[in-house]
Amino acid sequence: MSGGVKFGIVVFPGSNGDHDAYYACKKVLHQDAVFLWHKESDLQDVDVVILPGGFSYGDYLRCGAIARFSPVMSSVTRFAAQGGPVLGICNGFQVLLESGLLPGVLLRNATLRFVCRHVHVRVENAATRFTRACRPGEVLTIPIAHGDGNYFTDPETLKRLEDREQIVFRYCDAEGAVTAEANPNGSIENIAGIINEAGNVLGMMPHPERASDPALGWTDGQSVFRSLLEEFLSRATGEPAGLAGDSLTSAGRGRR
Amino acid sequence: MYRSRIRVTLRPSILDPQGKAVGHAIQALGVTAVRSVRMGKFIELMVDGTTEDEARAATEEVCRRLLANPVMEDFTYELEKM
Repeated sequence: MSGGVKFGIVVFPGSNGDHDAYYACKKVLHQDAVFLWHKESDLQDVDVVILPGGFSYGDYLRCGAIARFSPVMSSVTRFAAQGGPVLGICNGFQVLLESGLLPGVLLRNATLRFVCRHVHVRVENAATRFTRACRPGEVLTIPIAHGDGNYFTDPETLKRLEDREQIVFRYCDAEGAVTAEANPNGSIENIAGIINEAGNVLGMMPHPERASDPALGWTDGQSVFRSLLEEFLSRATGEPAGLAGDSLTSAGRGRR
Repeated sequence: MYRSRIRVTLRPSILDPQGKAVGHAIQALGVTAVRSVRMGKFIELMVDGTTEDEARAATEEVCRRLLANPVMEDFTYELEKM
């Protein structure tokens, strides 16, 4: 694959998923990828912005609260307002919530413990540009690693999210059943990822970039990146869906 | 110059697992009179300003925009002329 899509990965002091995201874009998907330092406001003409996992600014005050005021976030907010795709992973999801690009908050895990393990998430909406490579209801196995992933919002916002199919991923068991036991952090309605109304900003607690390289044995996370690729390729060729991503699909689906 | 002493607390509707854990520890201490625990943050600012209104405006702006997240937190504060 030649470089069709240019990914920009924001680097805050304390980011630790930035290199994983870069690796997934560059070495697994063979796309162009650049790091965007938090003090820069130039997004270098990237097609997709990724806010990676980590502990931006030491998680001081509240997770993601300080990152929101960095110069790069003003540019990311403008980019999102113009329809540019933004993917927030883990701490990146927290930054999106604090920035007001997505509704709600992430509270301390109900267990008070940091959780680091693989979980199952069900694709609730496979029509987004982040999930179009998935089947509706498909169960993905992706790792989480967080202490503050307990999604919460008021009942009106929750209803709006449900009505507009903005809940993209829910924690579930291996069979796809959304149960209390499958909920690792106490998130309301087992929410693991949501998208904004316009459909271009997605936040998720699981780390798709850490389940991308077949060498590591887990590739379900590729779906998120392949979805973004498909979107751009179909736009470039003017075709509606296209690209099953042959070479990537065989790698991505080969595991079980 | 004013000293602004700010308390940021979780809204009553928000579960406070940290407060709960501390509550359990208090029970383990054997202090049975404590019924519940809620945890929050205490923040102290030194604010330039000749009138209380100026200090109040500055304090409220930082509370609203940064120190408290209105989705889950409330804030209160006291001003003291230095």
